[in-house]
Amino acid sequence: MLHIFKKEFTSFLNSLIAYIVMAVFLTGIGLLMWVFPETSVLDYGYADMDTLFSMAPFVFIFLVPAITMKSFAEEKKLGTLELLFTKPLSDWDIVIGKFLAGLLLVIVALLPTLVYYFSVVSLGNPVGNVDTPGVIGSYVGLILLGGVFCSIGIFASSITNNQIVAFTLAAFFCFIFYTGVESLSAFFGSQALLIKQLGILYHYESLSKGLIDSRDVIYFVSVIFLMLLFTKVKVSQRG
Amino acid sequence: MSLTINHLTKIYGAQKALNDISFSVQDGEIVGFLGPNGAGKSTTMKISTGFLPATSGKVVVGGFDVSEQPLQVKRMVGYLPEHNPLYLDMYVQEHLKFVGSVYGLSSSKLKERIEEMIELCGLSRERNKKVEALSKGYRQRVGLAQALIHDPKVLILDEPTSGLDPNQIVEIRNLIKAVSVNKTVLFSTHIMQEVQAICDRVIIINKGEIVADDKLVNILHQESKSISVEVEFETTVEINELRNLAHVKEVISLGGNAYKLIGTDGVDLRPEIFRFTAERKISLLGLKKEEQSLESVFRELTQAKS
Repeated sequence: MLHIFKKEFTSFLNSLIAYIVMAVFLTGIGLLMWVFPETSVLDYGYADMDTLFSMAPFVFIFLVPAITMKSFAEEKKLGTLELLFTKPLSDWDIVIGKFLAGLLLVIVALLPTLVYYFSVVSLGNPVGNVDTPGVIGSYVGLILLGGVFCSIGIFASSITNNQIVAFTLAAFFCFIFYTGVESLSAFFGSQALLIKQLGILYHYESLSKGLIDSRDVIYFVSVIFLMLLFTKVKVSQRG
Repeated sequence: MSLTINHLTKIYGAQKALNDISFSVQDGEIVGFLGPNGAGKSTTMKISTGFLPATSGKVVVGGFDVSEQPLQVKRMVGYLPEHNPLYLDMYVQEHLKFVGSVYGLSSSKLKERIEEMIELCGLSRERNKKVEALSKGYRQRVGLAQALIHDPKVLILDEPTSGLDPNQIVEIRNLIKAVSVNKTVLFSTHIMQEVQAICDRVIIINKGEIVADDKLVNILHQESKSISVEVEFETTVEINELRNLAHVKEVISLGGNAYKLIGTDGVDLRPEIFRFTAERKISLLGLKKEEQSLESVFRELTQAKS
């Protein structure tokens, strides 16, 4: 598993993917956070990082599928999957190795945003007047959300050998899981809460309040596991 | 380490790719696996290496069942897939390192093996190039090097020489010959000379069924019931005169003054033809007994049922 993880992550670094993902993410988030007047923290007047945590998932909807779209689709197309599957590696090794490499790239892209936290801390009046547990919870939520998006992306990549199809499907499913379910819940009247709890947003918002509730964490981990399980079943068929 | 295939059947959808085939390759044996395109060679190899599941039947490599203990089998087998898929964005050395590390070689052992493989496969000048920058022949060497990096006991090569130029074919063939000492090797090809140059034994497969499995010499002899002779005269000879010669079963005109004569029951026609020309005072330009080649055996075996 470690070998696959290393190979995948090196291939992100050796291709332009890692740098483009990080540059686009940080530029986009930086503009939203500090420049665009509608969302800028400077104009907002409150020392919090809601802009980052509410906008980042939308940026991830497009970026994470871009990271994961080639994971299986490209290997299928080039035939290198045959090379991997005839090496002494289990199917889980390969799926999890690819997933962790994608997740690590998401985390690395998030790391520079810690600077924003320190900026907001020093901009607060009095200095340091920031809801730190909320920020920590939000980061945990964002990383788990990145994990869910990665697992969705890898699954989408495993069902096709066309990267564009993989990207489009993954972006669509990420969107549906993130806000689609929440919005649809309005149709269900009394069951609305239940439906809402199926979506990511409900659990993500709950974490961002600063309380790391095991139910939310279990939700994220289960979705990740389920998606990776689907992927594993799909690649086991060698289709 | 032997490779045993037992009543293997593979069905893709409605199509039967392999129909109950069985054979085994003994320890240290080099077996050529022949068959027309689509006969089931690659399918057999993909199942033997644990890439594809079998519909029924089993493959045992060195005592381990491929479907039950795939990791043990994969550790023993070196496999060069058809079309030689490689990670194009990796450097040659990096590629070998990745594959070696997957086999769990320790870093000092790995370094040593990479050097050995680069030396053996003649990749010294290419080691710091990306795989995508290599020509087909060199990619094939990288493919072989990655299949050999863990010094496997069993080597499965799927058309290792397809698409190469004649010089490269000879080089790769020599390489296979050099590395296959003390290894069990199963390799597929459509090139007959290759089989004659490398193999101890030949298995010919057609439409998912084995049509011949024997030592090369036996296969060549078994079909030689009728001997044919090619003859060329300086002047025109009536075809009917040739037909009236003793023991001649059939005469085929090859254009010009050349004919192909097929004798009855393994009789060599050459003395008879020589006497005929001497009597008639016709100059004989050529007289050649046609050897039963593996090509013609292959054609006979694989076309008979189509």
